[in-house]
Amino acid sequence: MQQADTIAAAAPPRAARARNYARRYGWFIVPAAVVVLAVIIFPWIFTLYVSAHDWHLGGERRWVGLDNYIKLFSDSRFGWAMLRTLFYTLLAVIFPMVLGLAAALAFNRKFPLRGLARTIFILPMMATPVAVALVWTMTFHPQLGVLNWLLAQVGLPPSMWVYSTNTVIPTLVLIEVWHWTPLVMLLILGGLASLPIDPYEAAKIDGANGWQAFRHITLPLLMPFIVVALIIRCIDALKAFDTIYVITQGGPGSASETINIFLYLQAFAFYNVGYASAVVVVFFVIIMALAALLLWTRQRVKMT
Amino acid sequence: MSVEAKRSPAAYRLRRLIGNIGFGFSVLVLISPAILFFLWMLSLSFKNELDNTDWPPVFIPESPTLDNYREVFARNDFLRFAWNSIVVSFGATGIALLIGVPAGYGIAKMHAMRAAALILIARITPGLSYLIPLFLLFQWLGMTGSLTPIVITHLVITVPIVVWVMISFFEGLPPELEEAALVDGATIWQAFRYVAMPLARPGITVATILSFIFSWNNFIFAMVLAGRETRTLPVAVNNMLTFEQIAWGPLSAAALLVTAPVLILTLVAQKQIVAGLTAGGVKGA
Repeated sequence: MQQADTIAAAAPPRAARARNYARRYGWFIVPAAVVVLAVIIFPWIFTLYVSAHDWHLGGERRWVGLDNYIKLFSDSRFGWAMLRTLFYTLLAVIFPMVLGLAAALAFNRKFPLRGLARTIFILPMMATPVAVALVWTMTFHPQLGVLNWLLAQVGLPPSMWVYSTNTVIPTLVLIEVWHWTPLVMLLILGGLASLPIDPYEAAKIDGANGWQAFRHITLPLLMPFIVVALIIRCIDALKAFDTIYVITQGGPGSASETINIFLYLQAFAFYNVGYASAVVVVFFVIIMALAALLLWTRQRVKMT
Repeated sequence: MSVEAKRSPAAYRLRRLIGNIGFGFSVLVLISPAILFFLWMLSLSFKNELDNTDWPPVFIPESPTLDNYREVFARNDFLRFAWNSIVVSFGATGIALLIGVPAGYGIAKMHAMRAAALILIARITPGLSYLIPLFLLFQWLGMTGSLTPIVITHLVITVPIVVWVMISFFEGLPPELEEAALVDGATIWQAFRYVAMPLARPGITVATILSFIFSWNNFIFAMVLAGRETRTLPVAVNNMLTFEQIAWGPLSAAALLVTAPVLILTLVAQKQIVAGLTAGGVKGA
């Protein structure tokens, strides 16, 4: 204490010193800032620039202002891609959230071999998406795939899985659920571990049953964690690309062409990078708006 | 429940037993998709083509074979692609650690919320959206055809992960020790290097593992940027599908080899991965 006082007396006034320190800590950020500027900020700005051009890879480019955006909003193919993405995201959020919550509640209980069971449960999340998608493709084979064999065992008719326009999106969602439910589980499990015990004891004394305790104690206390999981899930589902591209490349026809696939095809199959950049900008705005909306919800949940 | 227990302990015990069996069964249902999938992958990779296309499916082959693995190594330049993947993942992770650990420290110390928010936005933006401008840039610089552009694009993934994990770890460290070092005349660099960094070693481990895994698993950057020689493993294995539609055995063997390092890492470092993902996630909003 004594020593600190003498130092404080010798040093410049507190506020100035703090600012001085802050500036010196700034040097720690400089290298990362340079890299972030080069590989993250520059692409954002350059995308805006490219999106204002009629720009073909290996061809000519012409300034067209907002024409790409105008074209985008009257492009029915893009409209369908938006709707498909919405449908895909809706399914790919609801199922992992429900299953992930159930799994988190299960893994929050103590049982033999819990550690092993949890490790197995999170494996899909870490597995290489492309490798996994290839093996899924084999299981979907209409004649020889193991999934249709499983359906036959329980007396269900065979499905066309990813080979029919009606079932392709639900099938892709199935993989997404398999892949990402573990992350939802982990996020909610982290929340469950942090819950206080007192309310449960009070509820027990008041004679509440298990469901009542869950409905009126666990769920409200868990809400912030559920919302975080929801935010992450929504964004990840919107971003889904690898699995869809590897398995269907947007097909059959364009039945699984989501925004991301549409964007990829525009840029790297049709070399229409100006138009594709406009898609990137719109996509970016959608994701930011969604994240902001969900963050806002979280603030409200926290306050109440 | 307790009233009932007093009335008839046997009935209570039976109900509990049934409850436990039901619970055990639901846990089994929860983990079976993961188990069955990976077992099926394993099974496909050890069977010859005849067994793989048999109906009803053969689950455990009578004569398991290593031919599929031999074929993968013999034909597809697999080792070169594996080397590419190693260079890219280690390179991108190493650079991210070098610049990301100090940055996480600086941001935590300065409470630079805007910088943290920027990192978060970078993390949630789709990887595909970086590709067009970076692709144009690399083309203009004449850099396509080497591994360098792939390593650089992977920084888009690894730097935000490392910075984000490190911010939350450094924020969790008690500041007293560094302050003591500063009072004793250490520079802030020394306080970081010899006090904060050793304390944050678990955090650095977490950041390394996560950044490596996500770089290893990444597909899209290399798919667009890689030439014939510079493919990473996910791209190479995807190309196998395109050219050999029905060779299930070699394809499964290759898929398993590609994802095996990550799965093994997950089994070994499960605790760190869980800590990193939940800390990052919960802090992430």
